[in-house]
Amino acid sequence: MYLDNSATTQVSEEVFEEMEPYFMEEFGNPSTLYKIGRESKKALNLARQRVADAINAKPDEIIFTSGGSESDNLAIKGIAFKFLNQGKHIITTEIEHPAVKDTLNFLESFDFKVTYLQVYENGIIKIEDLIEAITPETILITIMHGNNEIGTIQPIEEIGKIAREKGIIFHTDAVQTFGKIEVDVEKLNVDLLSLSSHKINGPKGVGAIYIKKGVRLVPLIHGGGQERGIRSGTENVPGIVGFGKACELAASQLDEHYEKLASIRDELIEKVLTTIPEAYLNGDEEKRLPNVVNFRFKAIEGESLILLLDAKGYQASTGSACSSNKLEASPVLTSLGLDPVDVHGSLRVSLAPESDEFDVDEFVATIQEAVARLREMSPLWNQELDYDGVMCSKHGDNCRMC
Amino acid sequence: MDYSEKVMDHFANPRNCRKMEDANGVGTVGNPTCGDLMTIYIKVNDDEVIEDISFQTFGCGAAIATSSMITEIAVGKTVEEALKISRNDVAEELDGLPPIKMHCSNLAADGLQAAIENYKENNQ
Repeated sequence: MYLDNSATTQVSEEVFEEMEPYFMEEFGNPSTLYKIGRESKKALNLARQRVADAINAKPDEIIFTSGGSESDNLAIKGIAFKFLNQGKHIITTEIEHPAVKDTLNFLESFDFKVTYLQVYENGIIKIEDLIEAITPETILITIMHGNNEIGTIQPIEEIGKIAREKGIIFHTDAVQTFGKIEVDVEKLNVDLLSLSSHKINGPKGVGAIYIKKGVRLVPLIHGGGQERGIRSGTENVPGIVGFGKACELAASQLDEHYEKLASIRDELIEKVLTTIPEAYLNGDEEKRLPNVVNFRFKAIEGESLILLLDAKGYQASTGSACSSNKLEASPVLTSLGLDPVDVHGSLRVSLAPESDEFDVDEFVATIQEAVARLREMSPLWNQELDYDGVMCSKHGDNCRMC
Repeated sequence: MDYSEKVMDHFANPRNCRKMEDANGVGTVGNPTCGDLMTIYIKVNDDEVIEDISFQTFGCGAAIATSSMITEIAVGKTVEEALKISRNDVAEELDGLPPIKMHCSNLAADGLQAAIENYKENNQ
């Protein structure tokens, strides 16, 4: 049972069928004038219309990219370099996706100043903090819509209103929310919005950025002038076609999927918290995505838990240090102010609407068994242990954490 | 994570994983803030031979597997022999560890050494 749909999703049958002709039959370059080129162009236009419709935008406000990360990079660097002479201050949160966070870190090395708004225990920012952070130098606010690890939803509409009043460009990464909850660019008051295809049963390597009419930015990729000069490079036609179809499907099934997912989510939360001792939910109980749940279990380590669940046929993920390439615990979970030890015991479950055969009771029993087993092995469970002054093995003498 | 079959076996079926009430040497290494903590228990007999050894570990698959493996390597060895078990020995016996997990092998060797030091202190 695949329970890591925040990482990626399976391409749906309808999407795959829609894409297929654009590999071998309709292989034309959309910039060319003869028939197969025009066919590709037509397919691009249809996809653009579908993406636009799904977020209540106009087709000429949609630029196709290689995915969410590129869209985030384009939004942030594109605005930063466009408004270089007007100010060098950007506001964000401390729980952004690395595509935003690392892009901002990069800009900091070019003397940009970045304010990272705190999220509180519930994983959500406070509007007062945002208002306080705004300076005459602020050129951009970039705040994610839904968080990829804990699923919490930020008050984008309100943030957008403030940004608009102050005349500051506002970008949101809607990669996790798109297709899960309503994403309407008009209601959200955003200028720029990032989308990804592979999170909504579309193919990987394609995404889009919504750029509100009138908003100007500097391109990341220069070249042949495709995508109105904002994103050069011959378009990924099959990918874009698939993405367009995925958008159409996601939009048409939004309400139905929401109901289904939210009910499984609520059942899962309720059962895990009541049957497993010392189990907790990470992030706000209400303001969350219908498909993402993040738990933490005392005295166990997440990678071990993932391995045990995998052995039982469940694929999920964790924010533990041992599972990351950088050997660092999830900055998102750390930002919630949790005990750092507990961050290692996290489990993220992200559901898909097609998981009809998902048996919550069976899954909860499997987690329960795995957690109990790891606790039996753990020197931290039900034991008083003095580990102060014990050295960390991972990060050596320079460890910043222990 | 790309673990060898042996690592997965020691993770799924850890050897000697228990708290030892009558240990005469106990060593704890690692730091749970960073994601792993290992306690090694040893019972050394009058001939200075480790006749019983066990562990408890909070950590990833590799941390549990290396703990389990070092108990197998060390049991029946004299204290002096056991002190010679190097950080690499554990990883080698497990048919290797992913590079990013090599520190777990160190943790196990350090844990055993800490338990032996504790035994020596107790018996001075």
